Amino acid sequence: MTRVLPWLYLAAAFAFIYLPVGVLVLFSFQDGTLPVPPFEGPSLRWYAGVLSDDDLTAALLNSVVVAAGQGAVAVTLGFLAAYGLARHVVPGTVFLRALLIAPLTVSYLIVGLGLLIVVQQVGLGLSLWTAGIGHVVINLPICFAIIYAAMGAQQQSAERAARDLGAGEFDVIRLVTVPMLAPAILASYFLSVTLSWDEFIIAFLLTRFDVTLPVEIWSLLRSGLSPRLNAIGSVVFLVSVTAVVAAEVLIFRRRR
Amino acid sequence: MSARADSRKGWGFAAPALLWTAAFFVVPFVVMAVMSLATLDGRTLIWGLHPDNYLELAEKRYLWRAVLVSVEITLTVTVVSVLLAYPLAWIIAFRVPARWQRLALLLAILPFWTSYVVRSYAWLLVLAREGVVNQTLMTLGLIAEPVTLANTRIATVTGFVHFFVMLLTLTIYANLVQLSPNYRRAAMDLGANAFQTFRHVILPLTLPGIATGAFLTFVLCIGDYITPEILGGNNELTVPQVIMVQLGRRADFPLASALAIVLMGLVTLAYLGVARWLRIDRL
Amino acid sequence: MTANVTVEAVSHRFGAVAALSDIRLEIAAGEYVTLLGPSGCGKTTLLSVLGGFLEPSGGRVLIGGQDMTHVPPTRRPTTTMFQDYALFPHMSLADNVAFGLRMAGVGKRARMSRAGEMLALVGLAEDGAKRPHELSGGQRQRVALARCLAVEPEVLLLDEPLGALDLKLRRNMQDELKSIQRQVGTTFVHVTHDQEEAMAIADRIVVMNAGRIEDEGAPRRIYREPRTLFAAGFMGEINRIPARAVAGRVETPFGPVPAAPPAGRALVACLRPEAVSPAPARFQIGPARVRDAAFFGTYCRAHLVPEAAPDLILVAHLPPDALPEEGAVLTLHADPDSLAVFPEE
Repeated sequence: MTRVLPWLYLAAAFAFIYLPVGVLVLFSFQDGTLPVPPFEGPSLRWYAGVLSDDDLTAALLNSVVVAAGQGAVAVTLGFLAAYGLARHVVPGTVFLRALLIAPLTVSYLIVGLGLLIVVQQVGLGLSLWTAGIGHVVINLPICFAIIYAAMGAQQQSAERAARDLGAGEFDVIRLVTVPMLAPAILASYFLSVTLSWDEFIIAFLLTRFDVTLPVEIWSLLRSGLSPRLNAIGSVVFLVSVTAVVAAEVLIFRRRR
Repeated sequence: MSARADSRKGWGFAAPALLWTAAFFVVPFVVMAVMSLATLDGRTLIWGLHPDNYLELAEKRYLWRAVLVSVEITLTVTVVSVLLAYPLAWIIAFRVPARWQRLALLLAILPFWTSYVVRSYAWLLVLAREGVVNQTLMTLGLIAEPVTLANTRIATVTGFVHFFVMLLTLTIYANLVQLSPNYRRAAMDLGANAFQTFRHVILPLTLPGIATGAFLTFVLCIGDYITPEILGGNNELTVPQVIMVQLGRRADFPLASALAIVLMGLVTLAYLGVARWLRIDRL
Repeated sequence: MTANVTVEAVSHRFGAVAALSDIRLEIAAGEYVTLLGPSGCGKTTLLSVLGGFLEPSGGRVLIGGQDMTHVPPTRRPTTTMFQDYALFPHMSLADNVAFGLRMAGVGKRARMSRAGEMLALVGLAEDGAKRPHELSGGQRQRVALARCLAVEPEVLLLDEPLGALDLKLRRNMQDELKSIQRQVGTTFVHVTHDQEEAMAIADRIVVMNAGRIEDEGAPRRIYREPRTLFAAGFMGEINRIPARAVAGRVETPFGPVPAAPPAGRALVACLRPEAVSPAPARFQIGPARVRDAAFFGTYCRAHLVPEAAPDLILVAHLPPDALPEEGAVLTLHADPDSLAVFPEE
């Protein structure tokens, strides 16, 4: 009994974890108008509708642009801050680190609400730019923390050796620090892209006419259950999973 | 290089990130805090130091109920998620053969990457009146009539637990495998059975990791709008739902800000609760 | 408490790799045995089999005459001292040492008093309330030892117990381990890759290589009369002199060796550096030119090129009173008993 019990638990846990995904994907092939049993089909009609929906493809494109752009900003700022605080003696480092990490401990809703209030008081308009700014606020701490943690003594020795051999600070960063930290930099970029790609509340509060994919899906959802949403969700899932598996294979496997 | 020049360079590198955080996080936060003390006269905003919003919060039932509901749901979710995730992480770390562990872990957290909105929607399908759970139970003859699952607290908790079990499995697993296997061997060698090994050695050693994961769960759960909105319906509202109502229908930014500050307060309380085990650098 | 250990034809495979092949070993009760060999030789695998952390693919392990092959570590009369000590960081030293007794259901007062005795035995009587992270490496090692001994095992298994310590501390701890073993009388099986440590501490050394036992016996015997070329080389520096079997005799460039040749035509005669001497002895190496020499305190270590075999460079430990000059020619001898002849590997 004690030998089977763990495997039963594992199976039950996996069933629980995959139940919603399974239902989502299965009923995306529903040949009826309701995504609930009994299952009729399979049919690809809902997928055809998804691909020809201009609002959806526009939102998808917006999401890609915002995710990629804010990721680049977050990683660049995070890397520079990590380098500055790890490699130079700055008074009050503990406080500065805490300040940079602080947005992590606050709900996204609060970050979004605060920015929304400021944007309105200043009288700026809401756009993908404001959403992107909000996403950098939440992803910068993650990039900073990951890269800062990876800046170990081993890199420091290599940097010292490079400087000893006559490299200037920017050459050291370009030729030694960045290549040695490439796994951490890639990982933090990847993480911030996926978090932005999936983020709802900040994007919802800080966009108006051009919206990101989660916001678009949300507005579709308001009109009720439909296999069309299943099809959209399945496509998004497929894209995310492909990205995760690719990252696993390309970035993380190499580190071992 | 002199200490001052070195420190100036360090500042230079850190400046963009610090300025960004100050401009887009600290300033908005302060403005929001000030806003929570403002008040609305009709549709015009009156700045000042008015405690009205906080008083209203204490007086109006639907406001303080929301705080209570949020705390109840979040605590339930945190406890249930830890209790479910720990054994799963344990099994993957110690029962699954080493070469399959990474795959098992990847599979266990793969649905984590489904779109956040879509995941809640999928649970709605599962729990709907005509959904898979009800249909299955009726086919099995366990119930005669469909049970109401969607638009209840059970649905909200289920949706949350699904998400956080995956998150916690990941963090607890990472915690378990970085322990030297010799701790377990030594405990068993000295006569401890599997339960004693867990109780006296592994659990205390993973407590910081659990505290970190539980705190993360608390923060993410109490501030979440989507899951209770999609799955919980409008029978009982959580704080984020009430905030969104204030923003959307009534444009009452001062009250929304006050609620956000309360949310912050709850997170701070949770932090103080687990601070002694917490390693913030592990987040 | 103490018990004898019998290893009967134990084999273990990790996939296609044979980690242990047909190991047979008798360890007497109260004996101090070291398993010596290079990394990957199977010594740690054998220790894991003795401790019950690994079920061998074949063979049996008996402790005190009882078959323990399939008994889990919890119920074996053995305890293992791990290389990283595995002290529980969240417990005080006293709680660490008392852990095994607590698991056995011993009451708090009794187990704490026993933990105190054990900590006193290893010289840490005052430190019971400290946590492991407050200790130095050597102190941690002592606590780990006390924790293992507190449950009165019949056999104590030590996995590279001194590996994490610096050289000087290691030499001190060797003496202490040995004296503690004499006091408690428990059978000790100690894994190491350091032959000096093995010689300093063991009643008996088991030399292992590639999953097999190459040689076993008293340190002195293994050093002076190794059974295999591997054992000879692993126990200390040797000069390898090429030799051949000719008509039932062993021929070297320096003349015949009075020893029966082993099977095989290509042979190696081994000679320890300290056996090479300018003082007359029956085996003549003859004149040799000093290539370089250095003073080592108790001897002068020199590289010499013998005239009879100019391709060879001999290492010799010469008397320390005069440092030989570079280029000088010395006439060298060796005691024929110190020559060991093996088939070339």
